[in-house]
Amino acid sequence: MDWFELIVIPTIRSLVLIVVLLTGFAYLTWYERKLLARFHVRYGPNRAGPFGLLQPVADAVKAVFKEEVIPNHVDKAVYLLAPALALIPALIIWAVIPIGKGFPAVADVPIGFLWILAVAGIESYGVILAGWSSNNNYSLLGALRSSAQMISYELPLGLFLISILLLAGDFSLVNLVEAPRAWWEWIWLWIMFPLFFICILAETNRSPFDLPETENELVAGFQTEYGGIKFALFFMAEYINMITTSAIMATLFFGGYRLPFGIGGEIMPWLGPFILAGKVVVLLFLFIWVRASLGRPRYDQLMRFSWKTLLPISLGYMIITALLVVFFK
Amino acid sequence: MDFAMIFFILVGALSVGAAVGVVTSKIAVHSALFLLVHFATLAILYVTLNAQFLAAAQVIIYAGGIVILILFVIMLIGSGPMETRAAYRSWVPYAGLALGILMLAGVSLTLLQTPAAPIDPEANQGGVPIVVGLTLYSQNILLVQLAAILLLVALIGALLLARRPKPEESSTSNLRS
Repeated sequence: MDWFELIVIPTIRSLVLIVVLLTGFAYLTWYERKLLARFHVRYGPNRAGPFGLLQPVADAVKAVFKEEVIPNHVDKAVYLLAPALALIPALIIWAVIPIGKGFPAVADVPIGFLWILAVAGIESYGVILAGWSSNNNYSLLGALRSSAQMISYELPLGLFLISILLLAGDFSLVNLVEAPRAWWEWIWLWIMFPLFFICILAETNRSPFDLPETENELVAGFQTEYGGIKFALFFMAEYINMITTSAIMATLFFGGYRLPFGIGGEIMPWLGPFILAGKVVVLLFLFIWVRASLGRPRYDQLMRFSWKTLLPISLGYMIITALLVVFFK
Repeated sequence: MDFAMIFFILVGALSVGAAVGVVTSKIAVHSALFLLVHFATLAILYVTLNAQFLAAAQVIIYAGGIVILILFVIMLIGSGPMETRAAYRSWVPYAGLALGILMLAGVSLTLLQTPAAPIDPEANQGGVPIVVGLTLYSQNILLVQLAAILLLVALIGALLLARRPKPEESSTSNLRS
């Protein structure tokens, strides 16, 4: 393997992926605003371009040309590092997600599953460091809430992932998508999907679990001191995380880039990325639906739900899954 | 010098630099961040040694768990610039330096005395998940169970420490988690 194969090709693949993701982010904001408007019986953005389609471009230009303000009381190095640390995990997790047959992910490593767990583990740094370096009580409270919340919900999430791993029997995500599954395995997986989705909502700090940035108690939580493009980076991190986790859920629960019953995929492998994108759009609708429908719980309710409800359920689920695998597989 | 060697030197230098940063920076959070960089570069080195499982475990446990806990504790108890006690006890840095040199000497002596044997291909596979799992749960099952008991004891100990002496549980006590 020479340097060309080792460096140039993965770089090009990563660049394409990043451009696609950033465009996806821009239009996800449009999608969310349009949908929320429909839920509220309003029109939503409709001034810039047809159906408001140019609104994300206008927003991006606005964010870039805002004045760069760095408050005097912050820890400057960490303050500037935090938005980057928030965004990077959301992007690099894509290295292992299979996007189609014949379109290998950037790296099809034998530890794809562990990579997801590892990157999910470092996802909370951006928020924690932003809150600490801002040197502001509201920010710090937001950061503390965020770290406690993410650590708490990582436990049931990890246990659910272990259960999926038990069913799949392989760390590689490509094999997970390609391997045939029995009907009871699908049903058993889908029973767990709502709980898994709750954990994902908490991990991505999405409504109704957006307690780190509750605007009516903590101003804007960890991002209070951030403005302009630095705020946009946090915004980007949250939305790309939504896309990423949707893709992971599509891969784990809904067959990733394959159509149900093996239709089409074998004949037209180039359809893979589009099928995956379609599944992602449907799952993103779920995120927005939840945001439009549910109110925010109190902080202690949030923590109690994780430790007293989700954790025991996920432990029990894992044990039953292990038994099922031993007896039926 | 081939590509792998240059890569090793670059990452190794970064790792050592981060380790120096951990002990020299005055602000606790910066130390924790340098520790994070150190763990990350170690994980990269594990990957170059074909030990992917070890690398992933390193990131999940140390970067994803322990450093976050350290940051959490720092934020809870507050952190100004550190005025450590060690600064007043002037012998502490020297004792640390002496211990470090001793350890370095020990490690390099062991390395120099062991003859350079060809690497066992089985051992070179050591980081692939299947090999790790098979070894852990067949040969070393007793050790795994001992570690599990140790963790259980720690858990029960933490429960005992966190329990309030009052018999009636108030609803707010659930917050301390």
